[in-house]
Amino acid sequence: MASLGELERAVMDLLWAGQEAATANTLRDRLAQTSAGQDGAAGHEGKELAVTTVLTVLSRLEKKGLVERERGTRPHRYQAVSSREDHTAELMHEVLGSAPDREAVLARFIGSVSEGEAETLRKLLGHL
Amino acid sequence: MFWASYLLAVLAIVLAWPVPVLLSRAQWPARSPFTAMILWQAIALAGGLSMIGAMLVYGLEPIGDNLIAGLRALAGMVLYNAPTTALGFWHIFALSAAALLTAHLVFTLLLTYYKIERQRRRHRELLSLLASPSAEGTGTLVISHNSPVAYCLPGGARSVTVLSDGLMAALEPAELRAVLIHENAHLSQRHHLLLWAFAAWRQALPWLPTTRLAQESVNSLIEMLADDVALKTESKATLIKAIAIVASGSAGNSGGADLRPEASSLALSGLDAAAGTSGADSARTTASRVSRLLSPRPELPAPIRSLVVAGSVLLLALPTALLVVPGLLG
Repeated sequence: MASLGELERAVMDLLWAGQEAATANTLRDRLAQTSAGQDGAAGHEGKELAVTTVLTVLSRLEKKGLVERERGTRPHRYQAVSSREDHTAELMHEVLGSAPDREAVLARFIGSVSEGEAETLRKLLGHL
Repeated sequence: MFWASYLLAVLAIVLAWPVPVLLSRAQWPARSPFTAMILWQAIALAGGLSMIGAMLVYGLEPIGDNLIAGLRALAGMVLYNAPTTALGFWHIFALSAAALLTAHLVFTLLLTYYKIERQRRRHRELLSLLASPSAEGTGTLVISHNSPVAYCLPGGARSVTVLSDGLMAALEPAELRAVLIHENAHLSQRHHLLLWAFAAWRQALPWLPTTRLAQESVNSLIEMLADDVALKTESKATLIKAIAIVASGSAGNSGGADLRPEASSLALSGLDAAAGTSGADSARTTASRVSRLLSPRPELPAPIRSLVVAGSVLLLALPTALLVVPGLLG
């Protein structure tokens, strides 16, 4: 079966796609469907994904602050903390923002440029 | 031994202020960024060494003829309660300051490393959920975002280069290759180690002119080094267009694709305004990168480069000698 990292990704994709909170059982069924849909039933016969594995994945995602669970109900229902778009925006904010450590954390092809300089570069592009 | 502490102090002051100011204003680093990078490292290392050394040598002066004898006598006082009457107030003050500064530098270096690693790990986690592998090869991810963004996230075997949808739409294949080669050069030349060291240096002593100037210069020099690697396989015009499109797209409007003109010969005008723009450090970096590509100046002649490297070695040898030689003479 897929690695934990791949499962995390698959679970997040399901949670982001689904509108409402889902239980680990529902998630497991949907994961089984998608993997069966992708490469036929052949590869995974007899290696059904265990609910405990899904729960492990969910608790890892919860620790990372990506998933939250509704505590009132049993079995617990899980949902994504924020949308895929919000997470992407957060990530890009980290990249494009001007946090003091940013330049040491990652190297951008182009640092932030002022509006005036961007204008100069646009003119330059016209000459190229 | 006494004169050695004065010479070290003079060296520390010279390396903390006038030398970095002059070097950061010099034009030649853009011609030979690698040589300039060696010099900046020598300035930072020799500066730190002479700062600590000056205080250490001054403080140990009454209890030893040289560094080793002094340190041995000091160890006797600290560990075995030997009498400390030989040391005056200022000697003890200098020794404490030397110990504190050393600890502060080491601690800041480690703390900065930890902070950077934590941010990178978090970033990598999110990327593994949000980005998809790119057709450009392993270690390259694509994230769906409209503005043209390209960056690399160092992390040993898990290093990745990230491109945005917006970037891939705005650039032609050759320009995209130039961007990828540029980013991979950062990774293969391990620029993140330099960025880490100089970020920590600035974090530890933010009020010292040399730490800010050194970090800004190093940030700019690594971009030039990566540009030079990209120029080995892609044309100058391609790289300049890639820089211009990404830069004009990432400032406010993300319409990089609309700005694409037909390729023609290189225009050498319009760079003065770019070079003169003031603003954030990175804006100056971008301007100096573009002007360097538009009106390239020849690399420094080999003898001068050798001279600068020899000077860097001398710069490191000088405080070391001042610390060690009195012991050899005595």
